[in-house]
Amino acid sequence: MNPQPESVEPVVPDDAGGLDPEALEQVIAAPGERFRHDYLEIRDLRVVFDGFVAVDGVDLTVTRGDLRFLIGPNGAGKTTIVDAITGLAPATGSVQFGRVELLGKPSHRIVRAGVGRTFQTASVFDELTVLQNLDIAAGAGRGPLTMLRRRRGIPPEVEAALETVGLTKVRDLPAGILAHGQKQWLEIGMLLVQDARLLLLDEPVAGMSQAEREETGLLLQRIGEQRTVVVVEHDMEFLRSFASSVTVLHQGKVLSEGTVAQVQADPRVVEVYLGSGAHGRGRGAAAGDAPATSTGVE
Amino acid sequence: MDALFSQLFAGLSLGSVLLLAALGLALTFGQMGVINMAHGEFMMAGAYTAFVLQTFIPDAGVSLLVALPVGFVVGGLLGLLLEVTLISRMYRRPLDTLLVTFGVALVLQQLARDVFGAPNVDVRAPAWLSGAVPFLGMNLPKTRLFILGLAIACVVALSLVLKLTSLGRRIRATVQNRDLAETSGVSTRATDRLTFFVGSGVAGVAGVALTLLGSIGPTLGTNYIVDAFLVVVVGGIGQLKGAVIAAFSLGILQATFEYSTTASLAKVLLFVVIVAFLQVRPQGLVSVRTRSLA
Amino acid sequence: MSAATGPVPGTATPAPWWRRPATRVWAGVAIAAVVLFGLAPALLSDFRLNLLAKFLCLAMVAVGIGLAWGRGGMLVLGQGVFFGIGGYLMAMHMKLSDAGPGAVPDFLLLYGDGVVPGWWEPLRSPVVTILAILVLPAGIAALLGLAVFRRRVRGAYFAILSQALAAAFAILLVGQQKVTGGTNGLNGFRSFFGYDLADPVNKRMLYFIAAGVLIAMVVIVRLLMSSRYGELLVAVRDQENRVRFLGYDPANVKVVAYAIAACFAGIGGALFAPVVGIISPADVGVIPSIGFLVGVAIGGRATLLGPVLGAVAVSWAETGLSEQFPSFWTYFQGALFILVVAFLPQGFASLGGLWRRRRAAGAPAPDDPPVGSGPDAARELASTDAADGAAQEAADAARTAGRNA
Repeated sequence: MNPQPESVEPVVPDDAGGLDPEALEQVIAAPGERFRHDYLEIRDLRVVFDGFVAVDGVDLTVTRGDLRFLIGPNGAGKTTIVDAITGLAPATGSVQFGRVELLGKPSHRIVRAGVGRTFQTASVFDELTVLQNLDIAAGAGRGPLTMLRRRRGIPPEVEAALETVGLTKVRDLPAGILAHGQKQWLEIGMLLVQDARLLLLDEPVAGMSQAEREETGLLLQRIGEQRTVVVVEHDMEFLRSFASSVTVLHQGKVLSEGTVAQVQADPRVVEVYLGSGAHGRGRGAAAGDAPATSTGVE
Repeated sequence: MDALFSQLFAGLSLGSVLLLAALGLALTFGQMGVINMAHGEFMMAGAYTAFVLQTFIPDAGVSLLVALPVGFVVGGLLGLLLEVTLISRMYRRPLDTLLVTFGVALVLQQLARDVFGAPNVDVRAPAWLSGAVPFLGMNLPKTRLFILGLAIACVVALSLVLKLTSLGRRIRATVQNRDLAETSGVSTRATDRLTFFVGSGVAGVAGVALTLLGSIGPTLGTNYIVDAFLVVVVGGIGQLKGAVIAAFSLGILQATFEYSTTASLAKVLLFVVIVAFLQVRPQGLVSVRTRSLA
Repeated sequence: MSAATGPVPGTATPAPWWRRPATRVWAGVAIAAVVLFGLAPALLSDFRLNLLAKFLCLAMVAVGIGLAWGRGGMLVLGQGVFFGIGGYLMAMHMKLSDAGPGAVPDFLLLYGDGVVPGWWEPLRSPVVTILAILVLPAGIAALLGLAVFRRRVRGAYFAILSQALAAAFAILLVGQQKVTGGTNGLNGFRSFFGYDLADPVNKRMLYFIAAGVLIAMVVIVRLLMSSRYGELLVAVRDQENRVRFLGYDPANVKVVAYAIAACFAGIGGALFAPVVGIISPADVGVIPSIGFLVGVAIGGRATLLGPVLGAVAVSWAETGLSEQFPSFWTYFQGALFILVVAFLPQGFASLGGLWRRRRAAGAPAPDDPPVGSGPDAARELASTDAADGAAQEAADAARTAGRNA
């Protein structure tokens, strides 16, 4: 909807700061009690577009503390599943989170049930500042009177999220001029302040540098300890480093599920996805062929 | 029973006028997403083309038959000029295009006023279109039947062009995925221009047809443009089928409302019905589903 | 706004107070107040002052359009409807009170059956009239907005629907001549809430009311724009779906702005009727409805004072030019639309911003890229303040191309 002009150079100084996982605790440190029943349970999910079956009877269970990666070749239905969970694609079956049925609700109600998502292309509000972006994300529950007043000071959860995603120094810049990686972090920050308990991230590290990927991965792991996180990702190296479990999709169906090692050892996965050459290789070797795998997947 | 049939015919007749006015929009707005407020003025240009031709060709019948293709070319060239000079710069700003083309419409209207005068003028109808055809106890005016036939002919011709010719393939390719079409060797610029030429040309033809229904004036276009856009909104974008169904449905509905209330109330009722309809099908009758998240 | 709410640590020192956007806005409002309440009444003849009052009424519509269109991205092509509802309500009240209690206004005797229709009766009361003017346009806009926005009908579809509403309304007014006066509209008002309209003093009072109401509207919009709601509205304009996935219903956000714009248009119409002395279908149809947008586009749709200045300037030019060269005015209006919208989409306000930014970035690097790199440019970039033309311009450069979709 909103293609970014490639030519805009980030004006943000290099020392803008990296991620700060310590500050994360202030945002997500909540009594564990709240999250006890937080798990995503998908049963027999089907999405059909004009006769084309995009998702065909998918069952998926993701518990709190899991960092689940959805992978699969193009057209496997990864993004469509995320769309279906968030009410963007018409679906049948059942999607429950925290024992609340999500299918059939309008998108904004699904979000209020604790589900947050990002999009493949970083979509932040370019004309608003970083601070305003986060403030809006934090405010879905505000009453009309609060909305009609000016923001006084910075809400504590916004402050902490700024620290977490390392954007404190650029908080008053318009989000549109942030570097690509910073926009992705801003999106994660927005998910944190909106208090999403189920985070659905669509290619969160696309276009990031190696160092940024590392930081993002560590941050996601920390978030995953507290909350339910589902990541759609093409980057195999990132997956191997940070996934705690993997679901492989193929032509709208679940092909395989398990830890990274289990999935990699699954001959069906090797056949449709990784290519026969990857079979049986250890993790060290896998990193080496990651670029080739990535291009094969794109 | 008679009343029912005559209502139906009145509706079909109204629908065929709407369809003629909306058909070009179904191309330019439906396929290209350009909101051209000057479309009505292209119709006016077509109507005045018929008026001017009549001063050169004494026989009203010949003049009408000549005016149809000439009106197409006049409307098309105006559209082409507009596309090349203004619209091509603004494909990413559809709402602004609306305002710019409204400016063009104002200028064209005033131009017509200065050239042809503000009062309405008449175009003589050919003798073979005067009178009516008796049918099931009703008298159907021949001009109305001619316009109905012309509308159907235009739809058939356009859909053949879209289905069979390479222009049609290129238009469909560009509509469905502009970037992919570009990289597949389709010149989207040339396609845009041709589409706009054809769409605006149909407006010219519609204008010629309107001369059969009454006198014409500089504000001819303004009277039809809003209804024509509503037809496309209700019909849904991407396919001509939607526009055809929508034009005739709206025509029949309006004729029915006019019959049971008054012409002015009918407009309001029609508007309410359209808003209610959009509650059920916000994308219109026929819509091409895409996977875009926006 | 950022500069006003707090300095940016580490990136820039706070701006001196006279360069803060908030200061500039309030200064602009203060200057406007001095001009409208002090200079204009002192310098203009009664006739000119009355003309200015008419422009101010049109500017009220423009303020609302600036909010809905410039900030909210809703191209409202049918504001004439709300302008007309306000105008006809007020006109009807004036006709009824001119006729006297229980009597029938002249036009109803002329065109109708000499009976006041039941639904006109409540307008004999001034309180009901004022309430209706405030509530009815906003209510209709809210209803239409909810119906349309909830089903995610937007962009061009919404523009066309709002235009169709204006067309239907004008046709209805003409068609129901018996109760609306038809093409001639309602005119010949003698008094305004008991004050004799033939008395120049009361005409002046009308002018002062219009000026005060307009300034109040500008202040309201300014407060809205700097509130959290204002930020959210911009967010909805630029990325409606993203806002939905933050847990808001964008339909509600848009409906509020649309209803406020409609309310302002209604008030503008209600004052227009006594000021000008007539309200007719020619003031409310498709063409005048789009005409309202010219001034807004020229002045700068997303700025605070731009729509007001643009609307007044365009009306002024229209009055001056169309008296002497009627056909030239139409060409001029068409050309304005074409040139401003196509080549200067943020209006003339962006020219001022361009100049200011050049001067600000001047000394160290005269050929700064559009998106500045100095702390000064960055701070200006950060501001989303309405009247801050510099921020508008810079933000425009940084904006993605598909924003207006």
